[in-house]
Amino acid sequence: MTTNSTSDTRQKNDLLLEMRDVRIEGFSSGRWHPIIKGIDLTLKSGEVLGLIGESGAGKSTLGLAAMGFARPGCKIVGGSIVFDGQDLAQLPESAKRHLWGTRITYVAQSAAAAFNPAHRLIEQTIEATVRAQISTSTEARKDAVALYRSLQLPEADTIGNRYPHQVSGGQLQRIMTAMAMAPRPDLIIFDEPTTALDVTTQVEVLAAMREIVASCDTAAIYITHDLAVVAQMANRIKVLRYGEEVEEADTPIMLSAPKQDYTKSLWSVRALQKPERDSMDVLLEIDHVDAAYGETPVLFDVSIVVPRGKTVAVVGESGAGKSTTARVITGWLPQSRGEVRFKGVSLPNALKSRSVQQLRQIQMIYQMADTAMNPRQTVEEIIGRPLEFYLGLKGAARERRVIELLHMIELNENFADRLPSELSGGQKQRVCIARALAAEPELIICDEVTSSLDQIVQEGILRLLMCLQEEFGITYLFITHDIATVRAIADEIVVMFQGRVIEQGTKSAVLNPPYPEYTQRLLSSVPEMDPSWLDRLLAERSRDAA
Amino acid sequence: MLKRGNVHPVLATVLKRLGLGLFTWLMVSVIIFASITMLPGDFTEAVLGQAATKETIVAFRKELGLDQPAIVRYGEWLLGVAQGDFGTSFSGRAASGQDRSRLVMDLVAPRLQNTLFLAGITAIIAVPLALFLGLTTALYRNSLYDRIVNAVALTTISMPEFFLAYILILLLASLWPILPSLANVNTEMALPERLIRIALPAMSLTLVIIAHMMRMTRAAVINLLALPYVEMARLKGATRTAVIMKHVLPNAWAPIATVIAFNLAYLVVGVVVVEVVFVYPGIGQLMVDAVTSRDIPVVQACALIFAVTYILLNLIADIIGIITNPRLLHPR
Repeated sequence: MTTNSTSDTRQKNDLLLEMRDVRIEGFSSGRWHPIIKGIDLTLKSGEVLGLIGESGAGKSTLGLAAMGFARPGCKIVGGSIVFDGQDLAQLPESAKRHLWGTRITYVAQSAAAAFNPAHRLIEQTIEATVRAQISTSTEARKDAVALYRSLQLPEADTIGNRYPHQVSGGQLQRIMTAMAMAPRPDLIIFDEPTTALDVTTQVEVLAAMREIVASCDTAAIYITHDLAVVAQMANRIKVLRYGEEVEEADTPIMLSAPKQDYTKSLWSVRALQKPERDSMDVLLEIDHVDAAYGETPVLFDVSIVVPRGKTVAVVGESGAGKSTTARVITGWLPQSRGEVRFKGVSLPNALKSRSVQQLRQIQMIYQMADTAMNPRQTVEEIIGRPLEFYLGLKGAARERRVIELLHMIELNENFADRLPSELSGGQKQRVCIARALAAEPELIICDEVTSSLDQIVQEGILRLLMCLQEEFGITYLFITHDIATVRAIADEIVVMFQGRVIEQGTKSAVLNPPYPEYTQRLLSSVPEMDPSWLDRLLAERSRDAA
Repeated sequence: MLKRGNVHPVLATVLKRLGLGLFTWLMVSVIIFASITMLPGDFTEAVLGQAATKETIVAFRKELGLDQPAIVRYGEWLLGVAQGDFGTSFSGRAASGQDRSRLVMDLVAPRLQNTLFLAGITAIIAVPLALFLGLTTALYRNSLYDRIVNAVALTTISMPEFFLAYILILLLASLWPILPSLANVNTEMALPERLIRIALPAMSLTLVIIAHMMRMTRAAVINLLALPYVEMARLKGATRTAVIMKHVLPNAWAPIATVIAFNLAYLVVGVVVVEVVFVYPGIGQLMVDAVTSRDIPVVQACALIFAVTYILLNLIADIIGIITNPRLLHPR
């Protein structure tokens, strides 16, 4: 790289960014609400600060404010944001533009959405560098390829000539890191850069990002809701809640001795444990099933046994065939070979040929509670519909049952008249659970039901599901890619990889050695709270590879 | 681009659309032919009047081929068209005295030329203007400028086109007589003279079609402004203009092209009212006259031209939609 003399002259431990009493407001339901309520944040050159908290805590808003940027509908109303001697809170946008994309860069949460589908990747990688005349187009291209290579992208020489839809999510996320790194900025804002990735991909991306940030001595703000991830990346951690700072400390101290109760509660899902139970009574049996989307085969000889009253977790990275298996069980995708038996009786392949009773016995809960509910129906209508359809409840009886169900999911009857838009993420998922319960099913298929929720809300949902199982003996088929969740609630585990079942067994059998190779890889990829976890893992893997 | 011997998806789509277009056109010609045949009264009666003897009518019908069953006439016409022969107009045939009949081609060609001339000039003004207004209103949305442009565009699109035309005549030909109110062009005229003659009709048509295109451009651009990659572009330090031109517009072409194609087609097939107001010898008037006199060969030829215009312009819009979408142009 040719220029950026500023970072050469700056000493390590110089103050790079100093935010004082920053206040940000957002506009909703007709008035301005405070989102960030006076936060101080300092960052030295070359230092990595982790920002952590549940969604709505204001992490992203604060991260963007460090660039002097507020999303449409938000405004910075007070405080100072001094970056290298300039107060970004006072600077006009035309002046901030000279910093953006060159001295401060941004890595967005979803790389798939943050790349322009109309341009080749390398064009987007070098765009800011060339516009700011930090280097010529030819030099920038050469440098971009070098960055791709150091981020261990395959075919580094040519991958930049592809369009965003032609590479995978993990590759895109690394290319975005290269894009952020290209002008050799002083500061990078990482906004949940690995949240959308599988654990196995996440490890590679984390390692690549950490390596390149360290080698270029760039300062970074790393935003995430995953403590274990931030533990690998950050020197210091700041915990946010409701737009206020909860506490801040160096990473090892924060992990070993958090002071605030709230910080301790962030650990709680990992503390959730359930004793493993044994049962011989088989409820659902998937027997040598093949399935395909059109011409593309996706499931190969899948056999899974689901015992009654237990939780069977199906784990694997995306594309492993977990959700497709659920679609076969529910009849959405008729299998091309094999059989699905429920209580020993073979289920018709196609949804249309199943009886109402067969449909009632198997219910589903989805990842996106948002899109799984009709936004124009009230909670009462949403929960009442299966009561009417499956059980023929009407009028006062239906109303009574809806209220009972609301109590079961720990909501009060006032929620009956609300629309989905008036519920929080966790409440929406609870309503979806109530809707599934309304049919009085024997099996509920949970498809990544906690993946888009915060740790604390996740814990609440998982506890609720466990309670309901305890009380009504419901069987769960729990699809997830999150091993922490599996540890918390599963009795049995099925590991899937590329459309095949790698292994099925009790939790203690699957989670303890000896492992098949893929299971080993999957389990070891789950970030641990130990800050040295990533180092150890990478060292182990390179030793194995050698 | 030719992978595993497959045809490139763009070419495949174009071929498919062309095939569908041909089928559409056949259907249109059947409908037109059938509906004219089913109209009460026929050409011979319209020309010869009620006083004509039975023998004259029969002889005339025979000359025109109207004694044949409809299906045979349609078949013969279709065969002719396939060979580039659009037949002879029913007007001025021998039975009405002497043979002054003309080939349909000779009737239609100069009128089509006039229509394309007016449509072309209008398009050259209206399309860039609409794009410019659409982009700038999106860029400065909710500003005073945006509101004024939108209000004016909505006003012009809400008024009947003849009314707009008369207002323009009143202002620019009557109160301040700077432009001619009659647009009776002919082939002997020099280009500048012709341009001046069609100034008012071109202006009226511009006012009619600009609102659609402008509003679609504005909506398509604004839709994309909320996307994460637009925020990313801003955070990479791109100026507002660069964000719109480089990051938004390339992804917005498909809907914009569709609306432009639709409006250009309207300029060819739907402007008969404006032609009448300005006495402009375009193809719209020709077709209306031919329908009135049941001159089937001319009506069929016009219908064919109209159908082909729609089909081709929509095909072009589809192709633009495909080549501006890398997902289709560069499959995985």
